[in-house]
Parts: sequence; C-alpha cells; structure tokens
Amino acid sequence: MSTLAYVFGRRRSQQFARQLGGVRNLHSLPSYYGMRVALWCGLPSVLLLFLCLALEETIISNMLLAAIPDEIRPNSVAEYNLLMNKIENLASGALPTEGVTPALLDASTALMYLRDTSQRLMTGLALLVAGGGGFWGWWRMSAQLRARQQVEKVLKTCLLLCASLAIFTTLGILLSVVFESLRFFQQVPVSEFLFGLEWSPQTAIRADQAGGSGSFGAVPLFLGTLLISLIAMTVAVPAGLMSAIYLAEYASSKVRSLAKPTLEILAGVPTVVYGYFAALTVAPLIRDTGTSMGLAVTSESALAAGLVMGIMIIPFISSLADDVINAVPQTLRDGSLALGATHSETIKQVIIPAALPGIVGGVLLAVSRAIGETMIVVMAAGLAAKLTVNPLDTVTTVTVQIVTLLVGDQEFDSAKTLSAFALGLMLFLVTLALNFVALRVVKKYREQYE
Amino acid sequence: MNKPSNASTERIRKTLAKRYRSEKRFRLYGIMAILFGVLCVATLFVDIIGKGHGAFRQTYIQLSVDYEPDALGISDINDTQQLALADFSGIVKKSLRTRFADVSGRSEKRQLYRLVSNSAEYELANRLKTNNGLLGQSEKVWVLADDDVDTYFKSLNSRDGAFVGRTSDKQQEWIQSLIEAGEIELRFNVNFFTSGDSREPEQAGIGGAIVGSLFTLFITLVLSFPIGVAAAVYLEEFAPKNRLTDFIEVNINNLAAVPSIIFGLLGLAIFINFFHVPRSVPLIGGLVLAVMTLPTIIISSRAAIKAVPPSIREAGIGIGASPMQVVLHHVLPLALPGMLTGTIIGMAQALGETAPLLMIGMVAFIVDVPGGITDPATVLPVQIFLWADSPERAFVEKTSAAIMVLLAFLITMNTAAVVLRKRLERRW
Repeated sequence: MSTLAYVFGRRRSQQFARQLGGVRNLHSLPSYYGMRVALWCGLPSVLLLFLCLALEETIISNMLLAAIPDEIRPNSVAEYNLLMNKIENLASGALPTEGVTPALLDASTALMYLRDTSQRLMTGLALLVAGGGGFWGWWRMSAQLRARQQVEKVLKTCLLLCASLAIFTTLGILLSVVFESLRFFQQVPVSEFLFGLEWSPQTAIRADQAGGSGSFGAVPLFLGTLLISLIAMTVAVPAGLMSAIYLAEYASSKVRSLAKPTLEILAGVPTVVYGYFAALTVAPLIRDTGTSMGLAVTSESALAAGLVMGIMIIPFISSLADDVINAVPQTLRDGSLALGATHSETIKQVIIPAALPGIVGGVLLAVSRAIGETMIVVMAAGLAAKLTVNPLDTVTTVTVQIVTLLVGDQEFDSAKTLSAFALGLMLFLVTLALNFVALRVVKKYREQYE
Repeated sequence: MNKPSNASTERIRKTLAKRYRSEKRFRLYGIMAILFGVLCVATLFVDIIGKGHGAFRQTYIQLSVDYEPDALGISDINDTQQLALADFSGIVKKSLRTRFADVSGRSEKRQLYRLVSNSAEYELANRLKTNNGLLGQSEKVWVLADDDVDTYFKSLNSRDGAFVGRTSDKQQEWIQSLIEAGEIELRFNVNFFTSGDSREPEQAGIGGAIVGSLFTLFITLVLSFPIGVAAAVYLEEFAPKNRLTDFIEVNINNLAAVPSIIFGLLGLAIFINFFHVPRSVPLIGGLVLAVMTLPTIIISSRAAIKAVPPSIREAGIGIGASPMQVVLHHVLPLALPGMLTGTIIGMAQALGETAPLLMIGMVAFIVDVPGGITDPATVLPVQIFLWADSPERAFVEKTSAAIMVLLAFLITMNTAAVVLRKRLERRW
C-alpha cells in the first residue's frame, strides 16, 4: 500500500510540476513527495498495529474473564494462570474436549471467537488508517510543500532511534537483572549473599527432603572466579606484553606481518573450542603430570581452565599493548637512545612508563573479559563451590553457576533460579566498573599524545 | 679528554657487558613470548585435527540381505502400512546370523547384533521403498557399523595400539574375519554433514546444527546490520555534541565489553519472559546475538564513515545537496566496504558464540533439521558443547570434526573480510 501511495504521491507532484511548468518549480524532487505520502500511509498504521498487538492479549483475557461463570472463577493468580492455560489448550486443540466442563468449553469457543474478531478488526483498522493517512498526505500536497525536509526529519528520527538502542539495551540488561535480583533479595538477605561462605543452591521442595538446605553465600564463587582470572592473567600478561614489545620494537616487518596474524588467530577461536581443548587435552595432561609428581590433582582443576583462558587472552593484551606502544612518540625513543641507553633500557625506562596508563587500561579490560568468560570454565572448571585457593583443586565461578542454574527448567519463583540473576547483576556491575575505568584510562592516555 | 670523563667512561665500560647481556635476555623473552603464542596456535590445531580427522570417514559393514516377504511380513508391496510395520531389524539380524553361522547363545547373539548400527534397518526400509522390485531378492548392502566397532576399527592401525573400549573379544574376532573378507571398510561420511543430532554417535551429524546456525545468523544479520549502520550514521554525521549522544557513546563502548553471558540473561528476562518469544528457536537466538554484535558493527561502521574525507561532504553540500542526501548518496556507498568488513567480523563472532544461547534454551537435543526460524534448533558451537559432554568415546572424534568445520567457517569469513578490505580499500 505504501508503494502505491508512493506512486500516487509522485504522480500528483508531477501534475503540479506540469501546471507550473517543470519540476524546478516544485519545492522538492517528486520522489520526496512520493515518499512523504508513502510515510503518511505506512507509519501510522504500522504504529497502530503494534499498539493493538501489544494490548490485544490483555483485552481479550479481560473480556474472557468477564464472561466466565462464577463457579470456575479463579481466586488467585496461580489459579488464574492455570485456567487460562487450560482454555488456551482447549482452543488450540491440544486438550481433548471430552470430560471437560461445559463452562470451560464455552470459554474456549469464546476465546477463539474473540481472537478471530480482533484479528479482523485489527486488519480492517490498519487498512483504514493506512488509506486515510495516505489520502491525507496526498490531499495536503502542494508545490510549496517542504516535502524533503519532512521526509528527512522522519529518517533522522529513525536514525536517532537506532542509535539510542544502545541505551535501551543497557537499560534492558539492568532492568532484567535488577528486577529478578530484587525478588531474590526478598528471599535471601543481601548480606548473606555477599558474605556467606557456603553455596549450595539446591532448595528443598519438601520439608523432609535430604540435602536441600539452600544456602546462597557467594564468596566461594567470587574466590573461584578470582583464582581462575589470576591464573589466566599470570599467563596472559607477561606473554601478551612481551610479544607486543617484541613486535612493536624489535621485530622486522616481515616477522611482524607473520607473527601478528598468527597470534590473532587465537583471538578468533570460539571459546567453546578453548573449553573443549581445556577439558580434553590440558586438564588430563595436568592431572597426569601432577599425579606423577605425587600431587593430588582433580580432573577439573582451576589450573587447566585458567591456563587455557590465559592463552585466549594473550592476543587481546598483545594487540592493545601494541597499539599503545606504537602511540608513544618516536622522539622519546630517539632521545633515550641518543643518551646512550640500550634498546631494552629505553623500553623499560622510557617507553613502558610512558605507555603505562594504556597498558593498565588494556589489562583491566582483559581482567573483565576473564571474569565474564563462560564456556572455558563451564567445560573445564568444576561445579563444586569450594572455598580454596589451591589451583590444583576444583573451583567454580560465577558464570558457571549462572549457566548451570539457568540451563534446563527455570522456575521464576524459586530462589534457585533467581540467584542466577543476582549473580548476573554482580557480574554486570563488576565488569561495567572495570570497563568504565579502563576505557577512561585508555582514552585519557590517547589524548595525551594526540 | 679530561680525567673525570675518563673515569665515568671507565665506569660505563665496566657495566657495558652486563647491560648487553640484559639487552639480549630481554630480547629473548620477547621471542619466547611470541613462540609461546605460536606454539599454542599450533598445539590447538594439531590437537583438534589429530582428534577429528577420523570423523570424516565412517566404518561400514557389508551385509548380504535377503528381502524375504515372509520374514518382513509384507504380502503386498504397494501397501504402505505393511511397509512401515515390516520387520527390517529381523532380516538384518538374520543376515548377521548367516554370516557368522557358529554364533550361539543369547549373549553372543546380542553382541553380534551390536556390530551394526540400528540405523541399518531404516536404510534397508528406504531401499525397499525406492525399489519395490527388491522384495524376494537378496543383495549386498553396505550399512553403518556401530560406533564402538567404528572406534575400534579406526584405531587398529594407530601407533598406540587398538582402542578396545566396549568391544568384546568375540566382536574383535568377527571384525577380524570381516576385514579378511573385505566386508568392512571406511567410507566418506556424508551422514555427518546432512543429518541432525543423535544419541548414537555413528548416526549423529552436524547438518541440523549448521542449518540452525545459518538461520540464526540470518536473523542476526537482518537485524544488526541496518540498525548498526543507521546508528553509526547518526552518531558520525548528525549527532549534535550533547549529553545524550555522549551517553549513547559511553553505552556503546561499554556494551562492547560486557560479557556475552549477560546478553543471555537479557534474552531470557526480556525477550522470553516479557515478550513471549518462543525459546530454543533461531529467532530468539538471532535476536540475542544481534543485540550482542550491534556494538561491534556500530564501532567499525563509525570508523569507516570517519575515513571518508570531508572534501566529499563539502563538495556535495556545495552543489546544493541536503546533508541527508550527501550521506545517502555519497558517504554511505564510500564507507560500505569498511562497514561490510566490520559486519563480517561481527558475524564471525556471533557464529562462534555459545554462552548466551545456553540461557535461551538452544541446548535442547534436536534430531530434526530445522526448516524455519521458528523451528526448534541448535547451533554449531552449542552442538560442540553438547557432544563434548557426551560420554561415548566416538563423540570425541565427532566433536573435534565439528570444531574443524566451525573453524573452517570462521577462517573463511575472516579471510573474506580481509580480502574485502584489501580489494575495496581506498586511500585518499
């Protein structure tokens, strides 16, 4: 319909043009007039359609509820949901109709009828609005009309909307984790969550069930996350930094053009592949080495996960540090060399101090990545929440718990499921703070030398 | 030269050897760091290719099958009901029994039947369905071997000796006899690329996961490319310098560094619980991945737009075009290659992403190849995750092979991005 409107609008503007003697007497190009009519035709009806779709369910269920006889009228929210589900299934034919109370059967036919009507009503309304809007746009056209400006304004608003999607995403993330976390904190006090030393999210369904105490002290998780991140950083920071220094300061352009892409392959490998590598190759290797040296190593050790995570982060640190080192002005280097310092002394005493803020920012970003990394730890670290700093023991992390709590069935009224969102909130806040600081530092540093 | 300077030269000379040594050491550290990284890449690839190359070939066993109408219970070949109910597993078993006539006893027989995969009967049923004339005839058919047989047969020639696993001594004897008769061989595993997941490793394939990944990526692309480009255009070309746009920028930069698992929580709480998008389907997966890749695309698109020289814009404005016209007619086409490169890299990221998809139910065990964006599906990385957890030894091989396919896709995409950049890059 919008296409049709475009054609009509364009034609009408050309008519105007003919009367006035040529296109140049119009305010805008004919295609803008066409587009304006098309927008008048399309936009309001699409908006209306969205509004209707959003409201449809509520209106229909309210009307249905009003029509339901008193004997099956629900008393609580849970009962209401049950009833609605039943009617829904009856209407879609998923439930057999035999042996159902006639009141329910009536309700299901009523639901089908309401759905049908609303569908027709919506289509009709949308068409009407589209037609009306199109006609309005067409009718109000004149040679002096600033069609281009109007069309461009609409376009610009669309662009702005797309750009502000980033805000909505952040907002969405915040809302989703904060709301569920608040519900969690109603059941479990914040202090217990933050400072409790025991984590076992299995809550008992029945009172006499064994092993279902349900304690939500997240300290073991935080400790496990920190331990694995620490191991990862001890691998990644020296290796990443040294390779960046070598590539930026020593390597010939040939070595550089070969080594840099090779390192960057590591950045492109999906995390699930690293997880598989850690679980099936590195972990058994570490276990066997440990056992041969007489150490008790679990098959899901923190060391394996941390090591592989470190390998994953190497290219991240090296490329960030590379950028930062390259941004140090050449004059600093020349000055130091001219004073008689060796190359390595120049690097250690001039370049690194000059690049330090940028390097620190990069390392912070890497830490935030290590904390948020999921697949490696899900596959290679364990599930047991132990309060230990022994890298050969099994530990669990925040992300592992989020995944295990949310994969499979979720009940959004139990503390078990909700605790995952509380953990998500912690994760989001910590990484957000790290990123914020890191980005600030890096930006400030860049400005310093520009 | 006067004296004091001589003394300091002397002092410097004394420490010089030490300083040069330290210089050399420092350099060595750098080389070691690079070598460590390269070694990691090499180990990773060698390990995975070494484990996975076997999965592209699968063991088949030749059976001579007799399509006896009585044994099958088919009296009329055109009756589809009878065909569907026919006892094909019976004739498979019978053909095995005739091949190894000396087998007796229930447990031995059961071991014998386990030589071939239970997909053999479906294979025979399909053959009969497509060729009705086979009824009452007998023919030699290659059928899939069981996964334990497959693992054992493949490991026979390996250096570390055969991997026995769950195969019994009797079974190994039979396999030996099959080898001598040339009735067991490795063939290219078409099944691996076409079929969906299965509990039986020999029947499991990545076909379903690849199709699921494609649908998911399609949704991601359709959503994130236009929105990302639009956002980048606004921020680079039209945004006034004010609080709002500053806030948007901070948000985008932060979102690019938010852990991917958080996007899974977003998908679960907002898309599934609030908007009631069905779970486990490519639609929701694509939505979540689109939100996740959006910052990447916006950032690279902005860089591409920034690279277009201002002279182009000024020329456009100069001959009377409106800012919007300048952007749509000149800046966007010129920045497109850079935007496409960024988008391909973002898509590669989305293709390899697993964690957020676990939250939104894309870990379900799905046998069928999905047919649309609202069919339950899984994606390649998640399939790898699922298989990596499976206890059967044969799945190790399958997992590595699936990783090889995934890496092949990623390398192709990234190479395409690099080539595109090289090809279309323009220097002003």
